[in-house]
Amino acid sequence: MTATAEPEVGKARRRKEDARLITGATRWTDNMQLAGMLHMALLRSPVAHARITSVDVTRAVGMPGVLVVLTGRDLADEQGSLPCVWPITEDMLAPPAPALAVDRVNFAGEAVALVVARSAAEAHDALAEIDVDYEDLPVVLDLEEAVRDGADLVHPDLGTNKSATWVFDSAAAGTGTDVDQAIAESEVVVERTFRQQRLIPAFMEPRSVVVDPSPDSVTMWSSTQVPHILRWMLSAVLGIPEQRIRVIAPDVGGGFGGKLQVTPEEVLTLLAARRLGKPVKWTESRTESMLSAHHGRDQLQRITISARRDGTVTGLKVDLLADMGAYLRLISSGVPILGAFMFNAIYKFPAYRFTCTNVFTTKVPTDAYRGAGRPEATFAIERIMDELAAELGVDPLELRERNWIGHDEFPFTTVAGLTYDSGDYEAATARAKELFGYDALRAEQAERRADGDPVQLGIGISTYTEMCGLAPSRVLGALRYAAGGWEHAAIRMLPTGKVELITGTSPHGQGHVTAWSQIVADRLGVPFEDVEVLHGDTRVSHRGMDSYGSRSLAVGGVAVALAADKVLAKARTVAAHLLEVAEDDVEFTAGAFSVRGTSTTMALGDVVVAAHVAHDLPDGVEPGLDAEATFDPENFSYPHGTHLCATEVDTQTGAVKIRSYVCVDDVGKVVNPMIVEGQVHGGLAQGIAQALYEEAVHDESGTLTTATLADYLLPSAVDLPHFTTDRTETPATSNPLGVKGVGEAGTIASTPAVVNSVIDAVRHMGVTGIDMPCTPMRVWKAIHHRAADVPTTPGAGGGLGSVTPRGGAE
Amino acid sequence: MRITVTVDGVEYRDDVEPRTLLVHHLRERLGKTGTVVGCDTSNCGACTVHLDGRSVKSCAVLAVQADGREVTTIEGLARDGELHPVQRAFHQNHALQCGFCTPGMIMQAVDLLADNPDPDEDEIRHGLEGNLCRCTGYQNIVAAVRDAAQELSPAGGGE
Repeated sequence: MTATAEPEVGKARRRKEDARLITGATRWTDNMQLAGMLHMALLRSPVAHARITSVDVTRAVGMPGVLVVLTGRDLADEQGSLPCVWPITEDMLAPPAPALAVDRVNFAGEAVALVVARSAAEAHDALAEIDVDYEDLPVVLDLEEAVRDGADLVHPDLGTNKSATWVFDSAAAGTGTDVDQAIAESEVVVERTFRQQRLIPAFMEPRSVVVDPSPDSVTMWSSTQVPHILRWMLSAVLGIPEQRIRVIAPDVGGGFGGKLQVTPEEVLTLLAARRLGKPVKWTESRTESMLSAHHGRDQLQRITISARRDGTVTGLKVDLLADMGAYLRLISSGVPILGAFMFNAIYKFPAYRFTCTNVFTTKVPTDAYRGAGRPEATFAIERIMDELAAELGVDPLELRERNWIGHDEFPFTTVAGLTYDSGDYEAATARAKELFGYDALRAEQAERRADGDPVQLGIGISTYTEMCGLAPSRVLGALRYAAGGWEHAAIRMLPTGKVELITGTSPHGQGHVTAWSQIVADRLGVPFEDVEVLHGDTRVSHRGMDSYGSRSLAVGGVAVALAADKVLAKARTVAAHLLEVAEDDVEFTAGAFSVRGTSTTMALGDVVVAAHVAHDLPDGVEPGLDAEATFDPENFSYPHGTHLCATEVDTQTGAVKIRSYVCVDDVGKVVNPMIVEGQVHGGLAQGIAQALYEEAVHDESGTLTTATLADYLLPSAVDLPHFTTDRTETPATSNPLGVKGVGEAGTIASTPAVVNSVIDAVRHMGVTGIDMPCTPMRVWKAIHHRAADVPTTPGAGGGLGSVTPRGGAE
Repeated sequence: MRITVTVDGVEYRDDVEPRTLLVHHLRERLGKTGTVVGCDTSNCGACTVHLDGRSVKSCAVLAVQADGREVTTIEGLARDGELHPVQRAFHQNHALQCGFCTPGMIMQAVDLLADNPDPDEDEIRHGLEGNLCRCTGYQNIVAAVRDAAQELSPAGGGE
């Protein structure tokens, strides 16, 4: 590798992206205005499960400004079925998933009719004039009820609510021994059932779609994380030749997996625009977003762990029910499977079995949400490790140390069959303990317990790892995922020496433009400012697998580096020719070629021009230095870290306050430490929110009762603590940059750290479990042994304004 | 109804429906798309602008209520090509990721500093309580506001 005098990689470069974001010059999809543009609004089902007996649009059609009103029946022949690209088993059941319901609705919020009008207001006015008659069907809401014999069915045609059951067994796979035997022979067995509540990604930018249907080519702007996948799927679903579809993800607001989707609304906007021959825009309201954009998590986890009295773990058995909601969306089915390899975490279990049944209910479909499967796994293992520690009467950190993979044991093949390439759990934990003041806090905890302090102190631990950098294609294929995991980059060397980098990743807040510029600047020895990063338009970035699963840097960033290396390799050939020396005698340093042992140099910019004008190139060398590269790693990457959380729990009110939060993450080599820290902060916020605040709640008729930001408690600045963050650095060995990815780490790690700490605060009062979110009501009931009748009313504290003067919801 | 509103220093006369929200008037009629809509219950604060110098959520104000008044949006905050100290501090402190909440967050932070030129961390967090961010966990936003406070103080002096 070559480098400029001061390497860009590792520098806390301020972001190029910010200039337009802080001045209001951002190009959100909803900002788009096209000549003659029309507006679409969607009528959504108010009921969770019903037969549609009639739809009368007569009055709506006559409303001012209305151009067309369409029902599912009108579009039945052209709308196709929304794709699920992850048939996890050969016999997986997947019902047809129409963008607009035809004769049945299967969740409250499902679209049943659309209106296109001259203005958005007129379109919405007309919705009120559509009459739909519903004949109610029984709702299916509870996971355990849904899988019982004789249960009411979401999709009667399927004959069951079970979509698929997926099993990993270490004895069968040859990666370990038989778990039932391990449990039978163990000295200690702990079993717990955990509930992963349903969450809503609740990205701040509501989704928006604009479609311009010229006769020869359709252009779609969408606030999506996955423009490349979207284009492919639109072609597959609607039968439009792919070369006639252009998808543009302009400036896109945070997605967190929530915009990793091919949505009904994208399909419908396209169909409406095509039918009318005019540009059409659809932008959702917040409530529409909560009611119809996919949700996340929602699992019932039965976990059995076995160990010897000395604390050595001997077996782990995981039985999951995963709520798919009413349909399988893009990767709904695969989300729990992404967790299957992570329950064993950093511990050396000799025996492991994972069984997951995906279940249909009459609720909003679930799909990827930050971490996708791995937060669920990490929560379960880190919670049960604490329960095992309590059962054994040892410090939970000691129990972890006894069982984790030592730094000298890498690479380490786990009982789930993954090979962790690198890590140092000891180093991250030691640093976290030091920053946290672990021993002093334990001492204070003992004191408060002895004094019977009404405010008790709890300490929560999470020593997590995750598999991310979603790739390798071969492994994804073996898991029956329909797409690949590679990523692409291309570099255009412009005649003035400036650089255009084209990436297949699709950033929506992560700062790729800045980080990729840093990588290119170092590789090519050009100024950071001279690199322009292009993305998110399938006509510009023609190959890509987009951004999710903490894959952008670990796969896409590596492709950037490899493309730069190809540029240099060719430049070296051209430079040697121009300098009339052998290639081996040419060195590249700080943006210039030099001839070994002489003072002769030639700047890269001069080589670029020479290659561009092509007056004098070696025989057989094509003009230009442009290059592209596709990277498909051999392995996932495995960030890890130790998170420690101290909470104060008011035993009289149940209120929880985070007193300190320390995390030491190891995400391998770091391109931009400022961006990495920001990713950790945001991840922590979402993980803490799952622990304490957020829950999507349905009433007994299947209506989402948390469908506004007044009811679904997104934490505000008051609800979150100051985070103390640090890093250790063990480079990944699976890619030449040594990077691991950081997008999901904070979310994956933090939820169990917080919940463990809340329970730790009140364990001496007989509490061994509190469902998430740990609201004051739930905590108080657990302390006072009334946990059995925890209400299903909104778990969070009633929205903003209900926080106490020092934080924490009431 | 006919209204006259001065937005970012320019006077606009328009006929609006009485039900039109100020944020929709700004975005759709005046092309001031720097101000965005994040929710429909006035919880998120993404649409925050200044009305006669004080912050308001422009989704909770009717366009007709702005008649004869002065609105400043994120697009009018920089003066003569020079970023406002709060804008600069957001950039310097990495106080934004996707940037969707940023216009509202910056406008609210400017208002907060007008009220309290030297807020501590707790006061900043409470002052921004009505503005939601899903990306940053708020820590760098708090740091940015403190930085800006310092720069704006008579004794301050930038970076």
